[in-house]
Parts: sequence; structure tokens; C-alpha cells
Amino acid sequence: MKSTQNPERATGRLVRGLGVASLGLGVPMLLRPGSVARLAGVDDSASAPGVIRAVGARELVHAAACLVGPQRSVWTRVAGDALDLALLGHAMKTRRAERTGLRGWGKRGQGERLTRVNLATAAVAGIAAVDLYAAVRTARAQHGKGRPGPLSLEASTTVNRPPDEVFAFWRDLGNLPSFMLHLESVTTQGDGTSHWVAKGPAGKKVSWDAEITSQETGRRLAWRSLKGATVANSGTVHFAPAPGDRGTEVRVVLHYDVPGGRVGRAVARLFGEEPEQQVRDDLRRFKQVMETGSVVRTEILPHGTEAKRQFLQGPAQPNDKQPNDKQPNEHASNEGSSR
Amino acid sequence: MKAVVWQGPSKVDVQEVPDPKLLNPRDAIIKVSSTAICGSDLHLYDGYIPTFMPGDIFGHEFMGEVVELGPEARERRPDLQVGDRVIVPFPIACGACTPCQRGLTSLCENSNPNAGEAEKVMGHSPSGIFGYSHMLGGYPGGQAEYARVPFADVGPFKVDEDLSDDQVLFLTDVLPTGWMAADMCDIQSGDVVAVWGAGPVGQFACLAAQIMGAAKVIVIDRVPERLAMAAEHTGAHPLNYENTSVLKELRELTAGRGPDRVIDAVGMEAHTDVTAIHAYDKTKQVAKLSTERPHALREAILSVANGGTVSIVGVYGGLVDKFPIGSLMNRSVTVRTGQAHVHRYLPDLYRRIRSGEIDPTFIISHHLPLADAAHGFDIFKHKEQECTKVVLKP
Repeated sequence: MKSTQNPERATGRLVRGLGVASLGLGVPMLLRPGSVARLAGVDDSASAPGVIRAVGARELVHAAACLVGPQRSVWTRVAGDALDLALLGHAMKTRRAERTGLRGWGKRGQGERLTRVNLATAAVAGIAAVDLYAAVRTARAQHGKGRPGPLSLEASTTVNRPPDEVFAFWRDLGNLPSFMLHLESVTTQGDGTSHWVAKGPAGKKVSWDAEITSQETGRRLAWRSLKGATVANSGTVHFAPAPGDRGTEVRVVLHYDVPGGRVGRAVARLFGEEPEQQVRDDLRRFKQVMETGSVVRTEILPHGTEAKRQFLQGPAQPNDKQPNDKQPNEHASNEGSSR
Repeated sequence: MKAVVWQGPSKVDVQEVPDPKLLNPRDAIIKVSSTAICGSDLHLYDGYIPTFMPGDIFGHEFMGEVVELGPEARERRPDLQVGDRVIVPFPIACGACTPCQRGLTSLCENSNPNAGEAEKVMGHSPSGIFGYSHMLGGYPGGQAEYARVPFADVGPFKVDEDLSDDQVLFLTDVLPTGWMAADMCDIQSGDVVAVWGAGPVGQFACLAAQIMGAAKVIVIDRVPERLAMAAEHTGAHPLNYENTSVLKELRELTAGRGPDRVIDAVGMEAHTDVTAIHAYDKTKQVAKLSTERPHALREAILSVANGGTVSIVGVYGGLVDKFPIGSLMNRSVTVRTGQAHVHRYLPDLYRRIRSGEIDPTFIISHHLPLADAAHGFDIFKHKEQECTKVVLKP
């Protein structure tokens, strides 16, 4: 079921899992270094408990970074693995030298120790491989590096159209305002960048330039705002064929830095602007446009859905007020013709 | 124009409201010639459907004449013209999403722009429905002089001039709903079918079960004239729960097996002869601790034969209490439900009316002018004046 996973989310889960593993290793290393030394075959070394405690403390740093930090923190684990392998390599060398040099007493003990060192080394090497895999995945995550703000939003929908068509509509950035109600316009500029204009709070307009950071036709599209944007933002849309001939699975991941960060989001929520709901509503309208040709409206939502309007819906009656807001660019416009 | 507007529990009024306008390029405006009050409108009337608001216009059973067509509706369906006489299915369907293409039109994924609200209550949203609360789209209903019909290239169904409004009006909802109730039972020869509720949907469910080959149909209600109507027009065996124990009687009638297929055509405001249970359910419903009074459903589940089918078309809005899940699970009972996928059943049912096999007009007890809608709701709710179905004429 590869198509039903959001790749970024899967990477996130893996990184967090490794963070938990660090926690599981770090705590016994700090509290029971003697037992760990025996297990690793280095209990004959006077410096072992100190080194193990230090490694344990380091593991806790990894754990903290992987559990609450950005995904790419997993690189610190890769560095730690390299250090651990170096330490174990040293221990292995010492054990071997002792086994050949000191025939007679202690030979059996040293042999067992060597076996344990070898086992520990193999285990660490295995873990290192997983860490490296996770680290490479985060590097492949589309905007792991330029992720601008603390807010991350995800939403998904299934559109009953083929992936190439769904991708092409989204790739034509001028189409975005037809279903993203906060956008007024997106204009593609000659140099490959685009100019975005959005409605900000209290009717204020906000605009910024953005660039496409990566794309794979029919599969993925990522963009990022350029320096100077009032609200730094980036996003990725993943497209995948839906199982059972159901069209295309569309998954959106957005990152943005709203003024005030998490506090700003909490305040926005009080005013009915729930960002996650907005993304879901945008995707619902995207599906409507792709499948039916335009955004579906009712008398209570003459503009389509806006989160804040959901709190202020009037009765389900026709009303005389013409939509005074922008008309989304419909596929086929010409609407509202008179009787 | 004039429209039937909800004012609050048990209060409706016919008011002057603005005429509808085209909002989408695939819309049509219909001049309503006939519209009916549905049993499920009573749940709205009584205030038990969440997100139905004062000021909302009723009505999801309506038909009339096309007076205006959006440009894209014309383009996509050249055979539909201004002046055509059409019936309008109550679920709004786009025709393009996966459920629509699979014939599950009451699950259209595009016709409810307020789906976010329905998702909070139900997890996922069904289609939008005319005049049936904000969480199902907030569409003004058809108990009015005019109605806006979205996706006019998909929904409206043209009817021949020689058939009267009364003959075809119920194709919009109650006839396909009753038909689908029986269809979901997958009736086999020898099956005994029991139907709770002898309202219009129950009447048509009995009729459909008979046509689909049930060995015996039993109908359960407490209103004598409705039971008599079912017996006369569908051949169903009437059972008045005020005079007898339903479970015991059903056992007797089936020599202990229980009916093979049971249909709930009652929904969330069931009555029962057991006063204590009724008081308990009603108290919880009024206090908004539970949205439903599921007595008919409980009884249907307990009575159905081992390995049988429970088909639910009575409308439920939210959460149910004291649900006999143990009876369902341990006895291999199949549950099938749904708002009717009207579009799917329309052509076949229209042919049956056309050929004279089905005459759905027998359920009509009252024709009233639209202006008398409040009176219509009142007598329909209280089953006064032998009211079984009210058709309003704008």
C-alpha cells in the first residue's frame, strides 16, 4: 500500500521511532554502565563506565533532538553511530591483542569478551544503517532544509481524475485561486518564479514571490516563498494513483510562519480561522473544480466554504446580496446569468 | 416568492423570500408545480436534526417546470430545455465523483459544500440534500414557488405530459426510498418481510417487497387507517402494536423463526406502547442526550430471524442509546442502510408507473395550497383527519 502513505509523514515516524530507541539506550547507559559494559564485552576496561555514561548522555541528546526537533536531527545519530563504531573498533583491537598476547590465564574470559564486542559492533552497524537510511530520507524530504516556520499542516483528498491531469491543473499555478479562497492571484513570472497575492487579516493584502523547488510530473510538486515574504511558507503536494481505479490521491503538506507562530494560530482559531480546516476545505474545492468544473455553492455559502463563514451562516434561503467578494476563476465562468 | 420557512420547533410559516438565482453554471431554476411534506420533514419540524436553523426553507420532494438553465447545464445536457416538466431527486449528485459513478448518488462527494460540519457529526459526509439542514449543504428546499437545482444536467428527470403530478411526484423520494428498503433486503423466495411504519415509505416498502416476491409481508403501526391502507393496496398483514405484543405476534406468524427481512421505515421519533421505554427515550431526546428514539429499530433487530437482514431507511441524525448490538452480532444479522440513491432507481420505477404496474397516488390524503403548509404539517404530524400524505400546490 505504498500509495496510501505520505512519504514525509512516514519519515517523521521513523525519526521519532529512532528517538525513542535513543531514549531506551541512553537511560540504562547512564544508570547501569557496569551491566552495559559486560554486555558489550568491555567490562575489563577501567575507563569503560565513564565512556558509557558519556555515550548515554549523548543518546539522550539524540532522543530529545529526534523527538521534538526537526526530522533532519537524525543526522546527529549518524554521527553518534560513527563515534560508537570507532570506540568498538578500538575495543575489538584491544581484545584481539590481549587474546594473542596473554595465552594462559584469562584466555577464556577474553574470548567471550571478544565475541560480545563483535556482537555489539554488528548491532551498532545495523542501527547505523537504519539511521543513515532515515537521514537520507529526510534529505530527500522536499523542503526539509528551508522549512520556514513552526506550523505544519496536512490534508488529503481523492480526486476521480488521472494523476497527470490532476498534477497539470495544480502545476498551472494561476489555477490555485480558483479553489484556495485566501489567494487572490498567482502570476507566473518569466524567471521561473511566481508572484502570489493573498487576502490577509482585516482585508489587508499580502503578497510574496515563490519558486518551485522540486517537481516530478504526475507525482510531486514543491514550492517555497523567496526571501522577503511577509509570511514565509512552503508546501509540497504528493500525487499518487488511488487503488481500485478511484483516480488520484492528493496529499498536501504546508509549512508556514504565521505572525506570532503558535500563539498567532491560537488567536486565529478564536476568530474562526482554523488553518487545518482551511486546507481541508481548499482540497474539497479542488476536488469540486476537478470533478464538476467549478466550486459548488449554496445560498448559505455563496463563495464556497470559508471557515469563518461556517460560524456565521444565515438561513438557507436565497438572498438578494450578490457575492461581493472575488469570483473564483471557474473553468467555465459565465455564471449568474440573469433570468 | 413564497416559501415554507421553519421558525422553531413545531412552527412553520409561509413567508415572502427573494427568488432563487443561478449560483453555479450547472444550475437550473424550477418553477414548482407540486411539492410534498415528507415524514422526514417532521424530524426537522420537531427540531431534532442538528444544524437545521430557523429561517431555513423546507422541502426535498418537488417537481415542476424548468424556467432557467445555467450555460454549462445547457452544454452538458442539450436535451433539457426551458419549459420541460421534471421531477427532482432529493439527494444532490454531481455525476462525476466515484460514488455517483457507482450509482451511490446519496453519497455524492461534491454536492455538500458544508461537508466539514457533517464530518464532525458523522465522520464522513453524505451528499447534499434539498432543505435538510446546514450540515447537508444548506440548500433551500422546494416547498416554495421556485427552487434552484444544482447539477441540473444530472438530477432532473423529464416526465411525460400525460402523467399527472400526483403519479410521478413520489419518484423524488418516498417511492425509491421504500423500493430501496426492500431492494437492500435481497428478498429470496419464501421470505417473510416485516415493515415497521405504515407511512408513505412503509407503504411503498410493503409494495416493493410484494413485487420482489416476498412470501408474506407484515406491517407494524398503530394508526388504523394506515394499516388498512397497506392491507388494501399492498396485501400486507397489519399488526397494530397498541393491541398486541409485536415480538410475540411475529414469532407466532413465523412459527418461531422471526421475519427473514425487517425494514425500519420509522426512524428517530418512534413511538412505543411500552410507556416507560418511550418516556426514557423521549426524555433523553428532549434533553439532547441522544438524538434518536430508536424503539422501532430495537424491536426490528430483536425480531429478525437468525442470519436475517435489517434494512434501515427511517432517518437517524446522530447517536443512539441502548442499541442491541449483542443480538446483531451473535445471530449473523446483516444491516443495510442508506438515504435512497434515487437516481439509480428512477428509470425503472418510472417505467413501472408508466405501465400501470405501480400507482403511487393511493398514499395521498390531502391536497393543500402552499399557503396552508402550517396546517399540513400539523395534521400530518398528529395523524389527524386520516392524514397520510400532504401535497402542496404553490
